Amino acid sequence: MSSFKPGKIERVAGPVIVAGDMLGAQMYEVVRVGDQGLIGEIIKIEQDRATVQVYEETAGIRPGEKVERSGKPLSVELGPGITGQIYDGIQRPLTILFEKTGPFVRRGLTLPPIDKGKKWHFVPTTKSHATVTAGDIIGHVKETSLITQQIMIPQNLSGKITSIVNEGDYTVGEPVGELDSPGGPVPLFMLNTWPVRTARGFKRKLPSNTPLLTGQRIIDFFFPIAKGGTATIPGAFGTGKTMAQQQLAKWADASVIVYVGCGERGNEMAEVLETFPKLVDPRSGEPIMNRTVLIANTSNMPIAAREASVYTGITIAEYYRDMGYDVALMADSTSRWAEAMREISGRLEEMPGEEGYPAYLASKLAEFYERSGRVEVLGSDTRVGSISIVGAVSPPGGDFSEPVTQNTLRIAKVFWSLDTDLAARRHFPAINWLTSYSLYTDILDDWYRKEIGPEWTMMRKEAMNLLQRDDELREIVMLVGPDALSESQRVILETARMIKEDFLMQAAYNPSDTYCDKIKIDLMIKLILDYHKIMQKAVDENIPLQKILDLPVKIEIDRMRLTAADNFPSFAERIEEELNKEFKSIGGK
Amino acid sequence: MSLAGLEYTTIKEISGPLLFVESVRGVGYGELARIKTPSGEERRGQVLEIGGGVAVVQVFEGTTGLDVGKTRVRFTGETVKLPVSNDMLGRIFDGSGRPIDGGPRIIPDDYLDVNGNPINPFAREYPREFIQTGISTIDGMNTLVRGQKLPLFSASGLPHNAVAAQIARQAKVVGSDEPFTTIFAAMGITADELRYFRDDFEKQGAFDHVTMFVNLADDPAIERILTPRLALTAAEYFAIKQGNHVLVILTDMTNYAESLREISAAREEVPGRRGYPGYMYTDLATIYERAGRLHGTKGSITQMPILTMPGDDKTHPVPDLTGYITEGQLMVDRSLHRKGIYPPIDPAPSLSRLMKEGIGKGKTREDHREVSDQLYYAFAEGRSFRDLVAVVGEEALSARDKLYLQFADEFERKFINQGLYENRDIDTTLDLGWNLLSVLPETELKRIDPATIKKWLPKNRGKNN
Repeated sequence: MSSFKPGKIERVAGPVIVAGDMLGAQMYEVVRVGDQGLIGEIIKIEQDRATVQVYEETAGIRPGEKVERSGKPLSVELGPGITGQIYDGIQRPLTILFEKTGPFVRRGLTLPPIDKGKKWHFVPTTKSHATVTAGDIIGHVKETSLITQQIMIPQNLSGKITSIVNEGDYTVGEPVGELDSPGGPVPLFMLNTWPVRTARGFKRKLPSNTPLLTGQRIIDFFFPIAKGGTATIPGAFGTGKTMAQQQLAKWADASVIVYVGCGERGNEMAEVLETFPKLVDPRSGEPIMNRTVLIANTSNMPIAAREASVYTGITIAEYYRDMGYDVALMADSTSRWAEAMREISGRLEEMPGEEGYPAYLASKLAEFYERSGRVEVLGSDTRVGSISIVGAVSPPGGDFSEPVTQNTLRIAKVFWSLDTDLAARRHFPAINWLTSYSLYTDILDDWYRKEIGPEWTMMRKEAMNLLQRDDELREIVMLVGPDALSESQRVILETARMIKEDFLMQAAYNPSDTYCDKIKIDLMIKLILDYHKIMQKAVDENIPLQKILDLPVKIEIDRMRLTAADNFPSFAERIEEELNKEFKSIGGK
Repeated sequence: MSLAGLEYTTIKEISGPLLFVESVRGVGYGELARIKTPSGEERRGQVLEIGGGVAVVQVFEGTTGLDVGKTRVRFTGETVKLPVSNDMLGRIFDGSGRPIDGGPRIIPDDYLDVNGNPINPFAREYPREFIQTGISTIDGMNTLVRGQKLPLFSASGLPHNAVAAQIARQAKVVGSDEPFTTIFAAMGITADELRYFRDDFEKQGAFDHVTMFVNLADDPAIERILTPRLALTAAEYFAIKQGNHVLVILTDMTNYAESLREISAAREEVPGRRGYPGYMYTDLATIYERAGRLHGTKGSITQMPILTMPGDDKTHPVPDLTGYITEGQLMVDRSLHRKGIYPPIDPAPSLSRLMKEGIGKGKTREDHREVSDQLYYAFAEGRSFRDLVAVVGEEALSARDKLYLQFADEFERKFINQGLYENRDIDTTLDLGWNLLSVLPETELKRIDPATIKKWLPKNRGKNN
């Protein structure tokens, strides 16, 4: 099988083993450990001794057992059949694992990530004798109703096509063509592999100037993320990180979603697995599972595979980006990933950095987030693809000064800060509007001006200003009581309350509210700000504020988020009219 | 393995709970070791690290009385296993799984690895069966479902044991009279606390559905590493092999974490926060994640771990890491307790992540979600005025604010507060919520759909039916 001489285990300590007789082994090479053939990866070499992190439970492994080298770094298989799958951290399909071994994950099994027997309908788009370079498309395959996979020349190859098959059904293992490359003839397959720790190449990075619309009002309106951008969502437990990530995975307007459940709860993954196939993408009407890849490594699954899961996810994301898709990757949670690094580092007896995390934590995080971006991909035609990354962070004790949060904030450009107090009041999403930020708002203004209208940016600034003022006024109230406020200051408090409760709160479980399109967002905030103007006018005209608050139309505004998007424009128009009519009826001008 | 029978007398070092045995061969990681003390007593240990001919063994019963020279160690070639059988019901075992109730030995049906195996997430069935505990703050606002892990976050001096016992006593699935099989794991609790639970189980004649694994405060601390794993192994046997619905109570997880810290310190590992090992999250996950339901099996494991927060601090590593793994938490609150409110579960910081699928039409009642949301909002709003009143006096509040203030007080006295033996069904709980909400003007009930108000608000009830 393996042409390398096997090494011998010398030491076992949890997920880390040390093997001798390993001369010639390479860093990050995959090995099979022990008589059971557990999968592992070399993470340190000292003379002929290699330290291996093992992706499976090591109980029962003894010194003296063999370690077999594969000669290859940890890689993922890329090709048709990935979308809609659910993998563990090292790309083993959990569905097949379940069929083979039952409800519990057993050890030492290797399973093909991609079904080798399934035939795909391949449509060639290139001809014999065509000169091609890395990334050029030679054909395509309809992978799901939403995804057409472009079959590309592998990134390390170029040359002349010497043959290409006719349109027809082929398995991923059958050659679909042949390439005459400088190194000799190479058969071309639909299936290729790529080492996960190496970023896939592209031509150049482009500015991120289109928003990734998420259908979540606080995000799209106040703190948008651009396609190709990076965002982080830190929060103590119970503040709704996973909920937010799942909402993004469901509704973000990316073409492909890669969802990495990294060291989180098994039941939550079960929920994703049960609900996603039933959910329908609001834009295409197709099941969202047809554009989703799930990677699940729950908290009780082996820790080394958790470390790898993030790389497996981003490599798959890059593969779809290279076809020209907009991909969004959710990583929940990067803290568990960092903890996996810390545990492995501890077992290696490395000098710890802050809070026991390895000194290279910051650079690993940066490397990962830098694999995002909107890029011109490889290939002689001009294709643009993007990867947006949203990473959840679980800071111990909800304290944002800890290393993972801080190092992530230095890289990620959007900060959605989850707030324990809001969560305790069941204000969801519990994103704090005062401490969160997005560095994309200015870049994206052009897009919003063109797509929606010039009022968007102005309204955003006005609404944010009101929320700021509200915060200041609340402090005064806490000191001297509400009587100290003037009527016009009370108007600000009332408007801010409406922005918070009628606009920023969004019910993930309500079918009309869970996803909010940009037009509805625009009209909703406009109604609130118009109401604000009426209240101000009332104060100027000496009409008691309470009278405005008692207008019947107020109740309708309070419940407007439950009005379906389709009916919203006519609803908004009617409310505007009624507002003016009712205002006049109490003596307003 | 042929080498499994060998007895070693080559102990090089004893440090805290650890033995370092030299010149060993053929010993595997995680293997069970049997240790014979100079006085002939047998203890058990587990291999934590193996390499260079040295095995590091953690001794569950502690190292007191062990020596270098006469102590003998035999490696069994197997990982730690628990003999299981249906006869375990109604029995009491020590923290290492030996019967301590004077009853006969268990004739095993099977031997199961106490560490279990991780569940394939794809094999999990999402939990969605409502468990009625008869406690309003839980059923109404932080609903428990079969297969959930929902801890009680408490602190010293608070009645968490009474709450846990009440839950174990009253828990049932509506429309089913199948009792829960209760597995009780005690880690470092006092004999008094144990007696409390035991008496409670016996008083209701439910002891034949209970299995207890007991490590008391004066039992060896390292054994606590094993105790919850034994309990969960037994739970898996009952749930998966026997198809029972199992409720596992683990108390007190803070003591467990302390034993983990002790071993970590003895191994001179790099400490994480407050001296707890960096891998504590993963370690706790291997316990808590052993809850849930599986496709194609009838049984379920519902976990209720209890932990005491040192200094009432929920950011302490034990509650913090627990909260990141479990599906919510029930917060036992000292100020409610001081006011004489029982059970003092504060709904605001409490949370049940699996509630949303366990409630609603056909499960509890169609108005459940909305009533719960509105109660949360109104209670938070009412409470927020308490601080303000302390500063500026009640006169400064508007009529609306005063109503909320009054609501918050009533809510604590009537909704949260209930008797130790008061078992409220879900209808009673929700109706109570409606009654409290009806002091507020209808326009304030923003979290509730007008149609729901029309149907369920007490003053509207007679009209529609």
